[in-house]
Amino acid sequence: MGLKDSSEAIFSESPGKIALRILAKDKRSIISLSILGVIIFLSFMAPVFSHYVANTNPFESSLNATIIIHGAEKPVLEASTTGLGLGVTPIGPTWNIRSYFLGADGQGRDVMARLLYGGRSTLIIGTTAGLLCIFFSLLIGIIAGYRRGWIDAVLSRILDIIWAFPVYLLAISLSVVLLTSGLSIGFIHLGPGSFALPIVIIGVVYIPYVARPIRAQVLALREREFVRAAVGTGAKHSTIIFREILPNVMPSVIVFIPIIVSLSMLTESALSFLSIGVQPPAASWGTIINDGLALLYTRPIVGLAPGLMIVFTAAALNLYGDAVRDALDPKTRARGD
Amino acid sequence: MTSREVILSVSSLSKNYELGSAFSRGKDVVHAVEDINLEILEGETLGIVGESGCGKSTLGRMIVRLEEPTTGEIIFEGDDLSKLSTKELRERRKRFQMIFQDPYASLNPRRQIGKIVEEPLRIHGMGKDEREKIAKDLLRRVGLDLDAYEKYPHEFSGGQRQRVVIARALALNPRLVVADEPVSALDVSIQAQVLNLFKDLQKEFNLTYVFIAHDLGVVRHVSDRIAVMYLGKLVELAPADALYDSPAHPYTKALLSANPRMGEGDTRERIILKGDIPNPINRPDGCVFNPRCPKVQEKCKTESPALLQVGNRQVACHFPEN
Repeated sequence: MGLKDSSEAIFSESPGKIALRILAKDKRSIISLSILGVIIFLSFMAPVFSHYVANTNPFESSLNATIIIHGAEKPVLEASTTGLGLGVTPIGPTWNIRSYFLGADGQGRDVMARLLYGGRSTLIIGTTAGLLCIFFSLLIGIIAGYRRGWIDAVLSRILDIIWAFPVYLLAISLSVVLLTSGLSIGFIHLGPGSFALPIVIIGVVYIPYVARPIRAQVLALREREFVRAAVGTGAKHSTIIFREILPNVMPSVIVFIPIIVSLSMLTESALSFLSIGVQPPAASWGTIINDGLALLYTRPIVGLAPGLMIVFTAAALNLYGDAVRDALDPKTRARGD
Repeated sequence: MTSREVILSVSSLSKNYELGSAFSRGKDVVHAVEDINLEILEGETLGIVGESGCGKSTLGRMIVRLEEPTTGEIIFEGDDLSKLSTKELRERRKRFQMIFQDPYASLNPRRQIGKIVEEPLRIHGMGKDEREKIAKDLLRRVGLDLDAYEKYPHEFSGGQRQRVVIARALALNPRLVVADEPVSALDVSIQAQVLNLFKDLQKEFNLTYVFIAHDLGVVRHVSDRIAVMYLGKLVELAPADALYDSPAHPYTKALLSANPRMGEGDTRERIILKGDIPNPINRPDGCVFNPRCPKVQEKCKTESPALLQVGNRQVACHFPEN
């Protein structure tokens, strides 16, 4: 390692670049980014899939649709043959990418098409809610930690109030209340059916979990000598915050991003599963699991497929989060080199 | 020395910390620094020594206004620093700078050395090219290679980092530099280099130093005058050689006897102080040193001695030596 180190030392690297270099070599980050890349690509290709491949509208019931399998025309919703013979059983996976690859759901819609559209909703809501949460946490954490005093006291107590509720209980209560009326903040109105509602709700419930550690870090940073030195040279508060404190908080913020995005995604799926997140006919992985619940014995794939997608995405995000954390942590880096 | 201009004078400067929460405020008060009167002359180095917790760092931070004094005045170049507005104070900060003990914590780990040294100039509105020129010149003067300009703090050792810290402190061309234990965190072999750098730069930039340390050897090496502090109070202030040759305050004497001497066989009487430093919340009545003083008398337990001129020195003791 000695020779390699000295050759690298010629080019001065910022701590950020060093972290990126370590991350680029990390197998965990390569694997997790590949998984995420595939999932994101497929989800955003959903319209292409449903128009040119599946050729069905995933947002409309097609109770009387038929498909051709082995030359024979079959209804998508077959009459039940088990038990009392009541109701219908949707067709199972055909494994034919052109129609009903993963079969149909209770309303004769193509599960694969809905899975991809659902992934799109879940990813958009999870990512936006996560980033919203991180942004406001950073804002609150820095203001509280830097200003201290009564501003900190007020902000911290507000965070405590949110923190006092279990995340899911709070998210569910807010969703139930706001679902029918929508949410008006000043002149911004979030309609009952829009994605913005779950985004805001999920973003808010996780704020204390991010804002508190950031506040603690800012409190510690502002006592560090380099911050005092900046004060001593006559720097303004804005200069100290943006040039001295913020760059040193960013590593933890970056570590939080994949974790919070994955948690937001899980919460979104949970809310949608309970019918208080994404509203029909729009799909999300959560709503599809809900659809699959009724078909659990006959067509388990309907519930299983989105469940597995959530597992893969959340696991990949967490794996990536671990890799990022290790790359940014100077102590593990010292061991690694 | 007496003909020199006074650059900074401190009068009845005190700092109290109130302990407890918002509900129990005012119950316990730590007198970190109490009623200090000092004059610092242009171009001199004033050493401040004392055990940990004696208030020397607090005094240093108050002088550069990184700490708000509870009471007292700090007159720097004719203005009371504690009465300036925030904006005036920011402007005035160009004239006095502080160097901290820990060179590892003193540099923002996410910024290049050049940018760190340039930052004070940027804050005071200097253009980019000029800044770069000054920063590179300073890095050279503190003994760093020019390629340091683009490196990051993690690529440097403690001694090199302290050189960067010194370069940053000098960027604004200050008159007064307060150095709070600037070599304590460094290797002994590096300490001498950095101390010599301090001395060289003093001549070159005509600097006035307040040099805070607990290492008596270090302080003697750099100081013209030395102030000895105990429990927030100034107990003795004397020219460096006079202080070392004939300490007048019993505490100074004890402090010096604890400093090992190399060679020649140490024949001095070793004074070992009994007990610990009293709790700064419950300070003893009378002389603050009386519970540990080997020469304590009745008067010391009731009456606090004032800092009085005795020959070429000031000492706060009812029964000074000599």
